[in-house]
This record gives sequence, structure tokens and C-alpha cells, in this order.
Amino acid sequence: MQDRGYYDQFGGAFIPEILVPTFDELEQAYLEAKADPAFWQEYKALMSSYSGRPTPLTRADNLSSHFGGAQIYVKREDLNHTGAHKANNVMGQGLLTRRMGKTRVIAETGAGQHGVATATMAAKFGFDCTIYMGEVDVERQRPNVFWMERMGAEVIPVCDGSRILKDAINEAFRDWVTNMDNTHYVLGTACGPYPFPEMVSWFQSIIGTEAREQVLRETGKLPRRAYACVGGGSNAMGLFSGFFDDPEVELVGVEAGGRGKGIGEHASRLAYNDASVGVAQGYKTYFLQDDDGQMQETHSVSAGLDYVGVSPILSSLHESGRVRFEAATDQEVIDAMSLTVQREGLIPALESSHAFAQAFKEVGDLDPDDVIIINQSGRADKDIFTVADALKDPKWEEFIIAKAKEYQNA
Amino acid sequence: MLESYIRSRREQKELLLMTHIVLGYPNFDDSLRMVEAMVEAGVDLMELQIPFSEPMADGPVILKANSDALAAGARVEKSLQIAEKITASFDIPFLFMTYYNILFRNGVDAFVARMADIGIRGSIIPDLPPEEGGDYLAAMARHDLAPIHIFTPNSTDERMKLLSDKSSGFIYTVARKGVTGKDTAFSDDLGDYLERCRNATSLPLALGFGVKSNEDFEFIRAKADIAVVGSETIRVVERGGVAAVKPFIRGLQGGA
Ligand SMILES: Cc1ncc(COP(=O)(O)O)c(C=O)c1O
Repeated sequence: MQDRGYYDQFGGAFIPEILVPTFDELEQAYLEAKADPAFWQEYKALMSSYSGRPTPLTRADNLSSHFGGAQIYVKREDLNHTGAHKANNVMGQGLLTRRMGKTRVIAETGAGQHGVATATMAAKFGFDCTIYMGEVDVERQRPNVFWMERMGAEVIPVCDGSRILKDAINEAFRDWVTNMDNTHYVLGTACGPYPFPEMVSWFQSIIGTEAREQVLRETGKLPRRAYACVGGGSNAMGLFSGFFDDPEVELVGVEAGGRGKGIGEHASRLAYNDASVGVAQGYKTYFLQDDDGQMQETHSVSAGLDYVGVSPILSSLHESGRVRFEAATDQEVIDAMSLTVQREGLIPALESSHAFAQAFKEVGDLDPDDVIIINQSGRADKDIFTVADALKDPKWEEFIIAKAKEYQNA
Repeated sequence: MLESYIRSRREQKELLLMTHIVLGYPNFDDSLRMVEAMVEAGVDLMELQIPFSEPMADGPVILKANSDALAAGARVEKSLQIAEKITASFDIPFLFMTYYNILFRNGVDAFVARMADIGIRGSIIPDLPPEEGGDYLAAMARHDLAPIHIFTPNSTDERMKLLSDKSSGFIYTVARKGVTGKDTAFSDDLGDYLERCRNATSLPLALGFGVKSNEDFEFIRAKADIAVVGSETIRVVERGGVAAVKPFIRGLQGGA
């Protein structure tokens, strides 16, 4: 591997020796694709015909007047096929998998959005597909498990460790070190060993490129601020990269504040002071770990943000100050989601609702001439059980009880 | 030096045996008793694994041992103290096996100095390729400790030469793809691969991953210098307790 992918002190490729040739092959395929304009054309055409891109930039008038500050625009990644930005990365890696002549894909998933996107891509390209998903997430994102299995993917619940996203990543690596000859690991976020952080960010840059053009066309100006939620960091890297050369645009990454500060209560690596630099899952970044370097439990209402590490590229942008990091708590997130559903008829995923929650805290302080963009990374259909629980919806509860009775009597 | 120990031991014994335990699994007292049983049964060198929460290269048996040890409260400092006690009590070389974050969090220089101080002779860090290991390799060299790298069936000849240049003591060759603890087919292909390993390095070769019976030993004899038994000893202890270790190790070596 020529370039080991460092962004200041973060990144690298801390991989087991058995995968060295596999990463060499992947790096080469990635660099060749990047240097080949025909590849990006093919990718854009696929995203247009299969995933409905470009996704719109929607003006949220009701929310804007509710807060009385800047005009709020929402980048609609929820309108991608499969309902989230994850499709951008997955279809790109699908094209690379085909270029490398591999016939099977594996992936980890937290919220299940990346798993569904990967299963969809595998169905379309004719690949075999195995998805690793923490047992806790299988439980809280059941609708996505259902669709993955319908599409022919094998979903393997991971019962080790904290039984969430990081454990699913470990298990996917264990599969890969055995089956690398015919298998590509479609990592779902801008984390992991080089070239993943950079490659995933490259595919997601389609978000920011579109958003910049759209906001200039619609409003004639650049946004004052751009907000995105940060799990591993792929939708944030995607939106932010459109504005890296515009220093006047403030970039705000919003992490999972969970139940507030303190190890085990949240999944904020950068906004809170509970994380430190470490090396795990093949890369160096800020991790929520103890003094010994053991990874700690995390918590978030949203499975997709419930992760111990963060993109090494975002860690370096945090240190340089180019991106500001904030956290939104579970309660703020449920409230922001409810407000957005009621006022705009938009249904942001719990993950995306973190970006909305932070924007809502700040937007009233801005001028009505200002514009902000919120990335709606996905839609919340998958979250119906979690949200219904959080809102204690009595009719939903009645429905589930009746449905369960129906199955019991069948 | 580790290499000269292996060479002189090889003059008396055709195939040496290295075993692997996870420190603190099931508890630190049992770790100590397992080492004692293994040394008495004639083990020639041992890997002591410091538990880590994300053991990416390990299969189900060692993974579970890592997480059970951590759940029982295994701290790194305690592993270091037990290791010191072990090296002081038994007269064979002991190596650390762990993941890079354990060194990194501690400070690589400080950790390596401590290794030297407590009588550990070398280490295997499966998620630290030499390209990322500059600080580690320099510290190991300063303290005359052996950094041991891994050859795999996927390694090119050129890669093997690079890994060999960055290693001392011996080379750990994995018998197959995959993680620890799954079965290995001891076949002609494996023989060819070991010959390729021999040609790439002048260091002694240890063969690990899936070694668990006297038959496997017969196959490895003359093709490698050291047989490594990892997950299987953990399984033996899980089934029969620490008392089962000695008969198992003796059986592997043909009852010797
Ligand atoms: C809708 C949605 N948004 C955001 C994320 C977080 O991932 P990332 O930070 O890589 O964008 C996920 C992950 O599952 C997701 O499903």
C-alpha cells in the first residue's frame, strides 16, 4: 500500500497481514476508478436511474418561520432508493466490486440502512450477500432485517461484545480474512483502514456537490451553516466536502448526546471530552475507551450513531477547527423529529434528527437573510417501533398487541 | 537472544512447541497454574495474550476468552504483574500477544521498556504491520526484544522478505486464511507454502492456526521448527479444567 491514508495524525491502515494483498487490490481499484472520468459518469447515471438523484434541496418555510431566524433548507437524502444516503456509497462500491471481479459482498450495519442498501445492490448486481448486525440492533431495527432477508441476504446477528455496530464490524473483518478471494467488504461509513475513509467520502461527495449547486441556484448565496449528523461520518463528509473551499460556510457535525455526558451514556467522540486517541478496527482516531485502551459501551436512541469511533478525516477537521462538533440528546432528537414531522411533513430518521435538533438550537440567532442547510440523511420508516415507544403512542401499542394475538392464534 | 535459544533447543528436539493462553481467563490464578502445567509438560515457549476488547484477528474461542477476562476485571497492569511473576518462576521464553491499542494507550516506548523490565522476550501484534510500526520496531530494537511478524498463504515472496527483515526471533506462519481456532487441512499445499516461507527467511518458522493433534505434529515435523497450539488448549481447559492441560500437551508430543 503506497499511501497509508493519514489525515494529520489520524487514519492509517492497521490491518492483519493476511489482508495486505486485498487492501493493495482495493487501493488500486479505487485509485484507477478515481482517475477514470468514465467511472464517475457511470456512477452518476446509475444513481440517477436507480436512486432518483439528484435529490432535491427542500425549503422548509414552516420551520423557518417557527424559529424566526435563517431560512432552513433540507437536503433530501431520504429520497434515495432504500431511504438513506447509504445508497451513494454502496452503489459506488458495487461498481468497484464488479471491476475487481468479486462475486460476494459482506457488510456491517447498525441502523440497518447500510445493510438494506448493500442487500439491494447485491440483488441488482447478482452478488451473494451476508450482513453482520449486532443483536441489539436486530432487535431495534426489525423492519430493515425483514427487507434484507427478502432481498436474499443472509443476516447474521452478532452476539459478542456490546452487540452493536462496532461488534458487527469486527465480525465482518473475521469473515473477510477468510473469504477475501471472492468477497468485497462494503464498509458503510468513512471509517476503517485506508482507503475506506477516503473512498466512502468520495462516493458521498455527490451530496455536497449537488447541495452547493442547488443552494446557489435557489438563493444566490452560500449557506451560513451546514449541519449533518455524525455516526462514522459518511453523510457529514458527503455534505461538508461540497463546502471545504468556502471558508465562510460553517460546518457543524452533530453527534449522539444520548442521555448526556459520561462514558456509557452517549456516543459523542468529539463534542464531549470523554474520548481519546487510539487504534482499533484498523485505524487511528478518537475512541470512547478507558485508560487501558478497551472500548467502552456507548448509548444512543439511534442505532446508526451508536459507535465508539469516528472518521479519521473528521478527527483532523475537528483539530483544525474547520468543523465544529456538537451533541444532541435523545430527548432533543425525539422533539426535533416530532416538530419536523408536524410542521413540514418530513420524516427524518432518528440519526438525521440529530442534525435538525442542533440546527433548531441555533437557527433563531441567525439573520432572516441567512440560509442554512440540514442534511436529512435518511427517513424514519425503520424507526417506527422506537419512535412509537418514545412517544408512548397508545394506538400503536393496541395495534401491536392485536397483531401479536393474531399470530398466536394462527 | 530468542533465536539462539530456539536453535539450541532444536538440537535436542526436532519440533518445538509454543502454546498460547489469555491472561486473566478464566482468572489470573488459573493463568498461573496453566503456565505451570504447560512448562512441566515440556512446552518450549509461550505466548501470553493481554486481553483486548476488539480482537479482530481472533476466532470464537479466543474472542470469548478475551471478553470473559475483561468482564472479570482483567486490567493491563494486572496482566503485566502476572507476566512478571511468570517470567521469574519459569525458565522458558515468554512472549506477549496483544493488539496495538494496548501498547499505544500506554505509550509505545514505555510499554516496550516495561516488557524488557519484566523479562518478556518478544511480541506478536497482529494488527500492526511494519509500515505502521516504526516507533514499536525502534523501541524493540533498543531493548533487544524480538518483534515477530506473520507470514500468510497470501503473502508474496517480496512481502515475506520485508517481514523477515523487520522480525527477529522467529517468523509466525499461519497455516491458512481466516481467524484462530478453526480447522486446518494439513495438505500438500501447506507443505509447498512452508517451503516458500523457508526460502524467504533464515529465521526459524513457527506454524500456527488449527494445530491440535499428534497427527498435525507429525505433518509439521521437519517442515517447521515450532508448532503453535492456541485455541485448542483453551478448549481443553474448558472441558477438563487445568488438570487436563498436562496430559493434552504430553499427548501432542507423542507422549514424550
Ligand atoms: C439515516 C442515517 N443517517 C446517518 C447514519 C450515520 O452514518 P454516517 O455518520 O456514516 O453518515 C446512519 C447509519 O446507519 C443512517 O442510517
